[in-house]
Amino acid sequence: MLYRIAGQFKTSYQKDQALFPVQQDAWLLGIILLFAWLILPLTASEFVFQTLLIPVLIYALAATGLNILTGYAGQLSLGTGAFMGVGAYACYKMVTIFPDLNLFIAVLLSGTFSAMVGVAFGLPSLRIKGFYLAIATLAAQFFLIWLFEKWAWLYNYNASGAIQVPNLDVFGIAVAGPLATSMAQYYFILIVVTLITVLVINLTRGNQGRIWKATRDMDIAAELIGINLLKSKLMAFAVSSYIVGVAGAMFVFLWRGAAEPNLFDIELSFRVLFIAIIGGLGSILGNWLGAILIVALPVILNTVPGVVGLEIKSATVEHINVMIIGALIIFFLIVEPHGLARLWALIREKLLIWPFPH
Amino acid sequence: MEMLSKIFVEPFADMVAAPDFLMQVIWEGLVSGVLYALIALGFVLIFRSSRIFNFAQGIMVVFAALTLVGLHAMGIPAWVSVALTLVVMFIIAVAIERIVLRPLVGQPDIILFMATIGITLFLVGTGETIFGGENKVMITSELGIPTGDVVLEPFGGFLLLQHLDITVVISAALLVCALLVFLGKTQMGRAIRALGDDHQAALSVGISLQTIWVLVWFVSGIIALVTGIAWGARAGVSFALEIIAFKALPVLMLGGLESITGAIIGGLAIGVLEKMFEIYWGQPLLGGNTEVWFAYVLALGVLLFRPQGLFGEKIIERV
Repeated sequence: MLYRIAGQFKTSYQKDQALFPVQQDAWLLGIILLFAWLILPLTASEFVFQTLLIPVLIYALAATGLNILTGYAGQLSLGTGAFMGVGAYACYKMVTIFPDLNLFIAVLLSGTFSAMVGVAFGLPSLRIKGFYLAIATLAAQFFLIWLFEKWAWLYNYNASGAIQVPNLDVFGIAVAGPLATSMAQYYFILIVVTLITVLVINLTRGNQGRIWKATRDMDIAAELIGINLLKSKLMAFAVSSYIVGVAGAMFVFLWRGAAEPNLFDIELSFRVLFIAIIGGLGSILGNWLGAILIVALPVILNTVPGVVGLEIKSATVEHINVMIIGALIIFFLIVEPHGLARLWALIREKLLIWPFPH
Repeated sequence: MEMLSKIFVEPFADMVAAPDFLMQVIWEGLVSGVLYALIALGFVLIFRSSRIFNFAQGIMVVFAALTLVGLHAMGIPAWVSVALTLVVMFIIAVAIERIVLRPLVGQPDIILFMATIGITLFLVGTGETIFGGENKVMITSELGIPTGDVVLEPFGGFLLLQHLDITVVISAALLVCALLVFLGKTQMGRAIRALGDDHQAALSVGISLQTIWVLVWFVSGIIALVTGIAWGARAGVSFALEIIAFKALPVLMLGGLESITGAIIGGLAIGVLEKMFEIYWGQPLLGGNTEVWFAYVLALGVLLFRPQGLFGEKIIERV
């Protein structure tokens, strides 16, 4: 039907290995990009920007970073929140030390700081594996949050202990701080996210991606076929923390506007991990599906009682939301442990061979 | 030079100068260490029998304590509430096995870990909806836990031991002994250990996976209740208690995920060492509150030399 591939002939091996072996995929992506770049930003209200579009982009980027480490290279990390914090604080310091720095450069550079911190905390991964490593990354989580609180230089010694985003503009358009419009912020994030996503897709499809996958599937076997585990694992930590750091910088600068150390606590790490796992480990698409689900779910749950006409106290709604999200996580894991991306792959498979069942 | 002296000389000089204060610090650390060890025990039991890294152990502690206090607030006598709480923990164990674990058997570890985080969120939400989020007082005197303190005078100094803490240490020791007897001497306990050694072999001699899982989660629930009562009596019952679950994780790293001995020794060691580090190094040099990360960094250091923890099973990898 929609996914009929009759008539699309592959005449070379390269064509068969192309990013979109089926033309409809390319069309679908084109439509999604059209929505992301034009239709959604032009039609969205302030509320939609702030509660749906911007968070989805940022969380999807953070999950992409985590997914490289956990999904592609197989190293479970619970310290994502803290690495996002490193990115945010690095960006804050750069912007306050060099006020004329273009925010694009500041955001992209702040990732390098979290990459360095990520590599430092990734070093134990050469000795420690599995859950032991996961707990070891918690060391990064707790230590860094503590550092954000105690190291006054990081927040310029201000009395509140929080960082406040100043007014910043790029090429004359205000993008950060109280003066910025949501649309400018959205486009700023969209540019960075698109850039990084394209790079990541290429990275994971190339040689480095195969090295990571070999490391994930069995690191001893990978070592035996000549993969340098030290390089492979540290590279995964570096790339992953870089992306997570960039996401963290945008999280504060282009969405929250201010941050306290506890914004980056373990709950943020878990939220990103949910997105990566529910979306699907080892899949770029999954990060987006997961981010949409996790961001939209609370919004939907908050509006449902009002629409149905139930009068519930907002605190109770909050509690029930937590309960429902917990239940839904379990539900999704039971229905499809390999994530939403896998679910989409199955649907696509069915569409390709429709009307035949096999 | 001055810095070096502050790090390597002065803390030890302080310790020698005031041995009674040092003993006080060690005692405080020991009591929290006992509680860390208890939570870690809950983890270890579940991990050994099912290879599930049960993140929900911390929230089970809170949930047990909340249920107990909540039931008592409805006017039910203290000991009856304890019994009812145990019933609730049993229902939770059965529900988790039925609804969550059974469909997920054989999935990768990370999926099961994620599922336990789902359970955590669910229990947090449920607990807050039913009992409310505010801080509550543990029904210490109703349960007959003595309050008050003993003052000892070692080296002509001053050492204060809370009755409550002494009770906690003794009851934790009894619980651990009971658990060891249960695991070592009873048929059920042997079945749990068999399952921990080899799932398939255990299944083939007729051990029921489902029954054992319910049992293990229930035992963890009992441990959670004891921990909840003890910790709640010290710090009040609220969802902030969940944080001690994070304290139990480095204990597991240090002691090894499979080892009961490791959990106990690791718990005590971390309890004492983090308290000493906080008092003698953290507060004077690092601005305090080092307890949140010290245990992790310590465990990380140990793990670099022994990747399976101090008492964990040796990791053998084959291609």
